[in-house]
Amino acid sequence: MTSPHLATTPLEGSLGGEPQGQRPARLDVVHLAKSYGTGDGAKKVIEDLTFSVSAREIVCIVGPSGIGKTTLLKCLAGLQPTSGGRAAIDGREISGPPPEMALVFQDYSRSLMPWLTVRKNVVLPLRHLRLPKAELKARCDEALEAVGLAHAENQFPWQLSGGMQQRVAIARALAYRPEILIMDEPFASVDAQTRFDLEDLCLKIREGFGMTILVVTHDIDEAVYLADRVVVLGSKPARVLRIVDVELPSPRDQIGTRALPEFAAQRTDVLSLIKRPA
Amino acid sequence: MSKRPSLKSVRLWLLGVGTPLVLLAVWWFASADSTDTFFPPLAEILDRFRALWLFDHFTSDVLVSLRNLALGYAIAGVAAVAVGFVTALSAPIRWAVDPVIHFLRGIPPVALVPIFISLMGFGLEMRITSIALAAFFPTFIATVDGLRAVDRGLLDVASVYRLSRGERVVSVLLPAAGPQIFSGLQVSLQTAFVVMIASEMLGPSQGIGAMTLLAQQSFMISDMWSGILLLGVIGFAANFLFDLVRRKVLAWYIGSRRLARAS
Ligand SMILES: Nc1ncnc2c1ncn2[C@@H]1O[C@H](COP(=O)(O)OP(=O)(O)OP(=O)(O)O)[C@@H](O)[C@H]1O
Ligand SMILES: [Mg+2]
Repeated sequence: MTSPHLATTPLEGSLGGEPQGQRPARLDVVHLAKSYGTGDGAKKVIEDLTFSVSAREIVCIVGPSGIGKTTLLKCLAGLQPTSGGRAAIDGREISGPPPEMALVFQDYSRSLMPWLTVRKNVVLPLRHLRLPKAELKARCDEALEAVGLAHAENQFPWQLSGGMQQRVAIARALAYRPEILIMDEPFASVDAQTRFDLEDLCLKIREGFGMTILVVTHDIDEAVYLADRVVVLGSKPARVLRIVDVELPSPRDQIGTRALPEFAAQRTDVLSLIKRPA
Repeated sequence: MSKRPSLKSVRLWLLGVGTPLVLLAVWWFASADSTDTFFPPLAEILDRFRALWLFDHFTSDVLVSLRNLALGYAIAGVAAVAVGFVTALSAPIRWAVDPVIHFLRGIPPVALVPIFISLMGFGLEMRITSIALAAFFPTFIATVDGLRAVDRGLLDVASVYRLSRGERVVSVLLPAAGPQIFSGLQVSLQTAFVVMIASEMLGPSQGIGAMTLLAQQSFMISDMWSGILLLGVIGFAANFLFDLVRRKVLAWYIGSRRLARAS
């Protein structure tokens, strides 16, 4: 029923911050619950979530719209208090925005400062890191180059298309060089070609910077292509339906990997979980 | 985004500059042979304008009025934005200050002048304080409203990237509330102008408003008209300068609004 690789991969729903497999867990979510509001008017969004993300792992979260994926990420980023259970980085409970984390918001139109140019938006979070000028510029150039927006650096966000704005937000997160990168449907509004490029960029920065990456996506193919593990959320309030281990050879390749029979099998696996009435 | 003005905008410009000139010309010719004491010829008014405001009373009255206006307005603007920030960002202060503010804002600014006269006499401090206090409220209220309306999403970004308090104020809150703050500042400017004149109509006869009133009371009708003309010119110039600054500071906002309307 679950993955056929139980011996080498973390058990579904395993608790605590103990090292799992060969990599230690960096991000731990244990029996996390979240309600909005208090008392009679309280709205329970997340019932009970338990999963972890190991160092240098890419984990994708999939689940139907409105299930509470964004809510979960806001709890992990310390923007919303949890109502039960705990979320921790390296065993330290998250109580405010963790310094080692960057978050790419789902709502890109409300995440860039409209009074700053693209470059200044990317630089904004770096200013208090007190980097040498040359490094600041190098990081910014590199990040904009990586998302293919070097030519737009002096434009304002409102002069760009939605997909371009989302890429600026990604560039801002990349330039920040977080140890843990969390992205909320980051590639939802870009064209197919750019999407493939950004997915590969995601795999590349994991290799290059050893980032730990958590991505929420609606696209099951994308989840399977990117992830080491896919966390499937379901039911309301949200629970973990299953954690699927993705066993695909790396390095992954847009054409080759997607053509593999294993790829089709994995995506069918995830899809059947989502399609199944909760 | 080309900088070259289109034919259409040139035509609109001509219309904007031409209309007042045409009106002045009409005034000039219509009043040329006027013998009515209350409507002297424009030529005479302009003559008095030059003699009075550009020479005799330039330092003693024009500069004094303008200085009061500038000082009162500057104090009001800075204080309103600063107090607005403190009020909007601290819940206890907001609860304490809100009722007082709403009581005070209901009083017409000109009605404050007598209070200050009884407190401070007729001196310059009274005039500057009256201007500053009256001009304070529009900007203060706009600042608080603007800050309360700052997008949650932008504040979340500031939190996630752990911006310092100073960065948050300068790079997020101030620009986000900028459009509203400027609307407030514009209303404050009109208010400051009105109170400047009102404050001069009592006490020592110093300032443009005082001179204009004095001229009217002494039946020096051309002088009175020239005073009104001067007030009009100053009001126009002040608004023009204000708009120049606004266009520069809020270029991003004006641009984004224009684009949003176009699409
Ligand atoms: N600040 C809030 N206060 C109250 N309820 C909220 C708040 N934010 C979200 N919700 C509710 O929580 C539920 C989950 O919302 P959330 O945005 O986390 O879903 P999601 O899984 O990210 O959806 P999508 O895939 O469409 O982005 C929704 O029913 C939403 O109405
Ligand atoms: Mg969401």
